[in-house]
Amino acid sequence: MARSQAIVAEGLTKSFGKTRALAGVDLSVAEGTVLGLLGPNGAGKTTTVRILTTLLKPDAGRALVAGIDVAKHPDRVRARIGLTGQYAAVDENLTGRENLILFGRLYRLAKRDAVRRAEELLTQFDLADAASRVVKTYSGGMRRRLDLAASLVVSPPVLFLDEPTTGLDPRGRLGMWETIEGLAGSGTTVLLTTQYLEEADRLADRIVVIDHGAIIAEGTAEELKARVGGERLDVVVAQHDDVPTARRILEALGGAEAQVDVAERRVTAPLPGGAKRLAAAVREFDSSGVELVDFVLRRPTLDDVFLSLTGHAADVTGNGNGGGNDAPPNGKVKAEADLALAGTKER
Amino acid sequence: MSSHTAEISPTLTRPTPPTVRANGLSDVVSDSLLIAWRSLKKIPRSPDWLIAATVQPIMFTLLFRYIFAGAIQSSLPVGVSAVNYLIAGIVAQSVVFNTMATGIGLTEDLQKGLMDRFRALPMTRSSVIVGRVLADVVLNAFVTMIGILAGLAAGFRPNGGAAEWSMTIALLVLTSLAFSWMMAFTGLSLKTVEAVNSVGFLWVFPLTFVSSAFVPTSTLPGWLRVFAENQPFTLLVNAVRGWLTGYPEVGNQGWLAAIWMVGVMVVFIPLSVWQYQRRTTR
Ligand SMILES: Nc1ncnc2c1ncn2[C@@H]1O[C@H](COP(=O)(O)OP(=O)(O)OP(=O)(O)O)[C@@H](O)[C@H]1O
Ligand SMILES: [Mg+2]
Repeated sequence: MARSQAIVAEGLTKSFGKTRALAGVDLSVAEGTVLGLLGPNGAGKTTTVRILTTLLKPDAGRALVAGIDVAKHPDRVRARIGLTGQYAAVDENLTGRENLILFGRLYRLAKRDAVRRAEELLTQFDLADAASRVVKTYSGGMRRRLDLAASLVVSPPVLFLDEPTTGLDPRGRLGMWETIEGLAGSGTTVLLTTQYLEEADRLADRIVVIDHGAIIAEGTAEELKARVGGERLDVVVAQHDDVPTARRILEALGGAEAQVDVAERRVTAPLPGGAKRLAAAVREFDSSGVELVDFVLRRPTLDDVFLSLTGHAADVTGNGNGGGNDAPPNGKVKAEADLALAGTKER
Repeated sequence: MSSHTAEISPTLTRPTPPTVRANGLSDVVSDSLLIAWRSLKKIPRSPDWLIAATVQPIMFTLLFRYIFAGAIQSSLPVGVSAVNYLIAGIVAQSVVFNTMATGIGLTEDLQKGLMDRFRALPMTRSSVIVGRVLADVVLNAFVTMIGILAGLAAGFRPNGGAAEWSMTIALLVLTSLAFSWMMAFTGLSLKTVEAVNSVGFLWVFPLTFVSSAFVPTSTLPGWLRVFAENQPFTLLVNAVRGWLTGYPEVGNQGWLAAIWMVGVMVVFIPLSVWQYQRRTTR
């Protein structure tokens, strides 16, 4: 089994002064698969990547990448990995082509091979037209693409991508996803970190959810979704005043706490039984006289998983390590709901 | 976590890593040259740098020459040209000042995450600094040459022969190397370019001004004079000045200055490499 694992980490811990960035992280990524490391700001994603890519020494724990001990033979690991860090790390004063040639040469490619490889990558990453321009003049997306290209100079068998799509527009993101899918398809093992749930859902074979330096959940996207219950009923009411009523109805039907988005007048709750109970739900709303704008039965998304897993954590510490852009901490949602309830009672 | 994910069967296009071999001395050289190349490559593309690098030595040379030459003439022995005296000092000072670029360049690379990329490559560790230092020695030579040309235009009349010029150039290159390593350590120890600038000046200002560079040390008050007459930069200035203009007598000051510079390197090369490791692995 050990041989088929491209990345293995056991009990990684790391503290920066009083900040405990990692509190015992275990990972294993099978060769040729994609692992999504999902977590909010400050969860420890970058720290994990830096340890696995030999940039940082863990306080404790062990890691093997491509079967090689990261601490014992960092140079051998470096020859087998590609790293695209969270912030584009290319030389701004060189052209795109010069950057790729430089990195190729530093990977010990012969000059001719480095030049040829640079041209291939420039074409593949849609940078051929900008190849002779200084990187300073590149857009954020172009830099990001060049950065990824730079980590692929020697087609490393193991690739680390730290938030590869952060800062990209939707089109750039889609392009990056397709590139990563292509790499995975050709047998590269990929560990990617992300705050975007749909990204992990789309790209990763397995997902590890990390928060406050510890793994709080793992599995395939499907497994994680199953953990938050089956299908969910999403209801949007026409009147603000009806939000508490809708919430009551949904919680009675599902027997679980509902999530409320007051501004959107949206209430969401698991609906055990799914389609079979749908008729009952319709009847309940009908007799309550609540006017509905939207009424949808849907499969749980990773957003639901994320909220139910990390919501409380962000709530307890309140240190700004909340969810990513697309995942507001549960605490906030609940507080808003409570406010809304109080408001309606007063009226 | 023990993964039960079905293993994707390897395809024919599965990438292969290059063969790994241990890094040798020739790798340090070739990696350093690559890094030096990338540091120099930006020069023709940064008009800002070119303008600063040209205007600054000209301005310095002319300012010092026209402001101080008259004032110090009376404290020099009869027959010694104040312009010759000053410009030799300015040249030496310029070489030391220019090494601040090494610290600033390294700090920028750290800030921009470029160091992380270098560190994750199977390249030799020290070449990131060695390459930068080499490039800065070349740039330093360029800037210093402009200063000397400006000096010649403003009345600098060196009378040293080929041997004296060779010794001067050798000592100045050694100085440039030594101070670049000192600045490398400074740059790798600090977080921002601004901090490197201020701390760099803290090193360089007292050293170059409390010396024989601009005024004869005999004009300085007691304790300053003791420092000025015994510090390495004065040795450097006296050697350069003596070789190029015939005053003062060089004696063994050239050797002593060279020994100092080697000493600086012996201390700051390992310190810089150590600091680089520390800084990039935290
Ligand atoms: N060099 C450092 N010095 C001090 N604290 C650090 C350092 N690097 C990381 N930390 C802290 O360790 C924790 C984990 O940081 P890390 O960068 O791994 O998070 P992350 O999951 O990558 O977050 P983000 O999504 O914001 O990139 C944070 O609390 C962070 O402040
Ligand atoms: Mg990060």
